[in-house]
Amino acid sequence: MDALVATLNAAPLWLVILIKSALLLLVVVTTFAYAMLFERKILGWMQLRPGPNRVGPWGLLQPAADAAKLILKEDLTPKTADPLIYRLAPFISLITAFAVYAVIPFGENNGSLWAIGDVNAGILLLMAISSIGVYGISLGGWASGSKYPLLGSVRATAQMISYELSMSMSFVGVLILAGTTSLAGIVHAQASMWFFIPQCFGFLIYVITAVAETNRTPFDLVEAETELVGGFHTEYSGLRFGSFFIAEYVNMLTVACIATLLFLGGWNAPFGLTMIPGILWFVMKVGAFLFFYMWLRATLPRFRYDRLMAFGWKILLPAATLNLIITALIVALRG
Amino acid sequence: MAPYGSVALYLCVALAAALLFTVLPGLLAKPKPNAHKDEAYECGVEPTSSVSGRFPVRFYLIAMLFVVFDVEAASFYPWAVQMHALRMFGLLEMAVFVVVLGIGYAYVWKKGGFSWR
Repeated sequence: MDALVATLNAAPLWLVILIKSALLLLVVVTTFAYAMLFERKILGWMQLRPGPNRVGPWGLLQPAADAAKLILKEDLTPKTADPLIYRLAPFISLITAFAVYAVIPFGENNGSLWAIGDVNAGILLLMAISSIGVYGISLGGWASGSKYPLLGSVRATAQMISYELSMSMSFVGVLILAGTTSLAGIVHAQASMWFFIPQCFGFLIYVITAVAETNRTPFDLVEAETELVGGFHTEYSGLRFGSFFIAEYVNMLTVACIATLLFLGGWNAPFGLTMIPGILWFVMKVGAFLFFYMWLRATLPRFRYDRLMAFGWKILLPAATLNLIITALIVALRG
Repeated sequence: MAPYGSVALYLCVALAAALLFTVLPGLLAKPKPNAHKDEAYECGVEPTSSVSGRFPVRFYLIAMLFVVFDVEAASFYPWAVQMHALRMFGLLEMAVFVVVLGIGYAYVWKKGGFSWR
């Protein structure tokens, strides 16, 4: 162990960061694979059926089987498609989904942060990167040269940019309380009280917009099967479809991480249970949030599109603004 | 190697991983094209018309409104971080901003910019 630590200390810094980055990506992709299996299992149980249970014990090798199938599947490009942009779109989705993990901290050990980069404008960088993700979906649907993908992608773009507004407004309440945009700083500010208590409305708005941003039920109009076949990825097959799929689940994971960092106290332990390490608390909170996502999918029906847009612009946006003004008022009066 | 150096290195690794997912299908999955496979999907029938055509102007309007309101949302951020120092002064300054924003918002609402039908 000491020899390992000594070798690591002697290694150049860039090499250490490179290894850390590769490991982190591996963890993210593995989490995606098992989040998907977990979701199918949970949906199965909620519908009184066993879920995937054929590949490996308890269906645990299902993700590997799915990956092999997607990799070997024929890669189709419709002749009406724009070949370059058609191939570029899943790449954009995937890279933006992966890139946000550069700034997300997962825990803290004796004052040193478990993160690739402890950026002091963390939350700004996070939003800047993740808002590029909409390009993948809108370009993918447009470049397919087919009707359903086009309709799906235009819907998706309008939905995602509308809900992004309320989402960025729901962060402002947290920023007022924390007084910093550094994600680690926001977690430190929650040492005595997690922000979902004073920011309960902000948290509610964040959860709603987060579900809409990741295009999940009840906001999955982007791929409303009964109307749009598969939505923006109707024409995609094989690993290109897989890229969109990975991006969607990795984005879910990101959203769960942000909810944990901003509202659920990050790696702070509840009720003074500090004998469990902070990183485990972080994982548990993220897991609980992911479960909530899947629970929603099993429970709620889909919105109607006009109601979705009216809800975003006429209710969520004023509610988020009101929330931040009330927060500011309380901070201004109490200091 | 301030934090942004590590971030840049991580982005390179993420880029490589995403590139792998983009290049692999061309290497492993052999295409066997035929005329029907290459057609755009339309529930099994031959596509009846081209995709380009008239499109509801609503979507365009939403995109325009987004640009306006997103810029305004961004201007809340620096203010929010300094709120503990600004106190009452900050609140009043922002109240003026929100009133102006609210007038624009009410105008768009009255003109029907937020209703889909």
